[in-house]
Amino acid sequence: MAGERADSPSVADVLRKKPRINELVIRVVLFLSAALSILTTIGIVYELGKESLNFFLKVQWEDINKGLSEPLSAQDNSLIVAASGSAVATGDVLRLGSEQMEVLSVSGQSVTVGRGVNGTLAVAHPAGQAIYLAQEVSLWEFVSGTQWAPQIGAFGIWPLLNATLLTTLFAMLVALPIGLGIGIYLSEYASERLRRSLKPVLEVLAGVPTVVYGYFALTFMTPLLRLIFGIDTVAIYNTASAGLVIGILVIPLVSSMSEDALSAVPRSLREASYSMGATRLETALQIVLPAAISGIAAAFIVALSRAMGETMVVAIAAGAGPAFTFNPFQSAETMTGHIVRISGGDLSYASIDYSSLFAIGLLLFFFTLGLNIVSQRIVRRFREVYE
Amino acid sequence: MGMLYDNNATGFETNLASRHRRGKFWHYIYTGSTGLGIVALALLLLNILNSAFGYAAVQNKIEREELAINGYSIEVLHKDDLVYILESNIPGGVFRRLASEKPFEARSRAEVYELVIEWVVEPDVVHTWSLVESLTQKRRIQAEMATLYPEAELQFISWLDGDFLTVPQSSTAEKAGVRTALLGSLLVIIITILFAFPLGVGAAIYLQEYADARKRINQFIQTNINNLAGVPSIIYGILGLAIFVRALEPLTSGALFGIEADRTTANGRTILSAGLTLGVLILPLVIINAQEAIKAVPNSLRLASYGLGGTRWQTVWHHILPGALPGILTGAILSISRAVGETAPLVVIGASTFITADPEGPFSKFTVLPIQIYQWTSRPQAEFRNIAAAAILVLLFLLLTLNAAAILLRNRYSKRL
Repeated sequence: MAGERADSPSVADVLRKKPRINELVIRVVLFLSAALSILTTIGIVYELGKESLNFFLKVQWEDINKGLSEPLSAQDNSLIVAASGSAVATGDVLRLGSEQMEVLSVSGQSVTVGRGVNGTLAVAHPAGQAIYLAQEVSLWEFVSGTQWAPQIGAFGIWPLLNATLLTTLFAMLVALPIGLGIGIYLSEYASERLRRSLKPVLEVLAGVPTVVYGYFALTFMTPLLRLIFGIDTVAIYNTASAGLVIGILVIPLVSSMSEDALSAVPRSLREASYSMGATRLETALQIVLPAAISGIAAAFIVALSRAMGETMVVAIAAGAGPAFTFNPFQSAETMTGHIVRISGGDLSYASIDYSSLFAIGLLLFFFTLGLNIVSQRIVRRFREVYE
Repeated sequence: MGMLYDNNATGFETNLASRHRRGKFWHYIYTGSTGLGIVALALLLLNILNSAFGYAAVQNKIEREELAINGYSIEVLHKDDLVYILESNIPGGVFRRLASEKPFEARSRAEVYELVIEWVVEPDVVHTWSLVESLTQKRRIQAEMATLYPEAELQFISWLDGDFLTVPQSSTAEKAGVRTALLGSLLVIIITILFAFPLGVGAAIYLQEYADARKRINQFIQTNINNLAGVPSIIYGILGLAIFVRALEPLTSGALFGIEADRTTANGRTILSAGLTLGVLILPLVIINAQEAIKAVPNSLRLASYGLGGTRWQTVWHHILPGALPGILTGAILSISRAVGETAPLVVIGASTFITADPEGPFSKFTVLPIQIYQWTSRPQAEFRNIAAAAILVLLFLLLTLNAAAILLRNRYSKRL
């Protein structure tokens, strides 16, 4: 456009906003990098959701410990089953070998079935052939069951959830008082010099990898507990030891977040309190702490979510094998510990174990996400703003 | 918690002493909890040092003296004699396998000597003592040695030594090292950095310099990043398993690029998958740290650049990034040290449990240092706890180096602005 005119372009032309392709491209690229985080969240929710759905919809086969008493030909519609094992009912779907059958009626040990259902082929079966009962993992069973034993088709989340809650409880018992104590000490009592040398120590504590804490739990905390409470009471792998060490691991998080919250309270409040004759403790607990309570509550909740999601310490020290127990000195597997143990082996993508990982993961994701959102809400809603 | 003042003037004085007592008591409590934190850290480190060094009872299958020929001990024997000792003391199959790996003519005397020690003398650790025991109770250890392990020899072992860093994993603790794991960690971290650093800094620049914070989409992105930073690492492992290992298998196993070498065993459980998974994991941290660094750049720089007619990218590239770079790097290094220590997500995506071959590139099977520590810790034998402690020392040294770099950068940074 400018070329058609005379040699010197007008001022208006020079200052006109020009389309800058490279600026636009850069902007788009930067936006895409930022938007990738949304993609990550979608990825998490989609993958966890998809496989969890699979987990709840796919048929599981449970061994009912009931063998075939007499051989069955390919045409026979009535089979004689052993008296042992759990009973079958009309409408159940059974599987013998690769063939599936539908139970039409039951009278004593004789069961009338429709052969070769669900597209399977009716074939002859020898006596003693194991009978499997079709089972679907219902959402209700998942949220209410107290047994987690994939080999017999029991998928109740409570043993895992209970162990998670136990370790989290112990962690909070350690981390909240000590973490808050450190926070108060650093912000209200310690001199500036002391604070500057103490904070890096806590940062180091926060930077130690969790697998090292797991080692610590197994080789220090467990022997210590066994020394105190006796070898017969405390198992080698136990939730108390794992929980206490997770507590130590979370201390720096609680102390630094609560110290930040306490330090953010303006000096004028403290000075007003001192001028009224309050002691340092009274100022700290009755003036500063209430003013910083939103930040401290947020710190507690973030610590809770961190403790729930902690994996390596429980994988090493809490024990393998789900157990529904309230005894903290017994071994029990947490949700995260179970995920690690199951996925550690060679895992087939078609197996029920594979999809169960996703169901547990989804539950854990919702718990921690919920806690994080609550903590952000608390900060936003209850924060006292001093200008 | 007590009254601040009392209408009764004498009451103020009567409870003053108790208020001060209470103040003092809680002062001790707060000091004590800070002390507890420091004690915990000290215990953690001492506990590791305690296992990484100490006495061990080493029992040889055949004593060295018994192998002497004509009174010459194996330390001074000629190479051919050593080969003869080897041939006459180990099964023929093992001997032929050793010969086919590398002919004995081509091996040096020192190599053959090593083989004699490894296969014939076969030193085996039967019991270990911790460092504290070794330093304070030497007499008791010697007494135990005499009664329980009369055949064995007492040696002070440093489980962390030069060999430990340079030899691959082994099924016996005495011969095991962290070479494979160390190389694996290195390669995984390189991929993590290549993925997370540019994307993280890009996202931070967008959110701080381009995005209109009032727009819904930008608020949503910001909240989303904050929430992702709080998701447990094991969830990222599950995500990595589903996306990188399974859905993108042709890409992450290298099949797409015609690399088939490791395909039967690796199946997408490769260094590339691990690096990308950790990259996604630390991305929110990199973004948040970089945002803080960019926020700290004085607004006057921005305004001056715009005032001179600079475009947005010119402003970012020439004025904001140079000022924010030390801060961005510090944050990135801290995020990376988090990734170096991560274990759970890599267990989930299927790091190899036992490999001795060095990783060759992004499409190799892998193991990393924390996973090695996890596996050794999980073993029942005591001497694996010792090498786990040694591996922890290696890992902590690595992290310390990274953190020191971050602190140095931070100090320079705080001087500049």
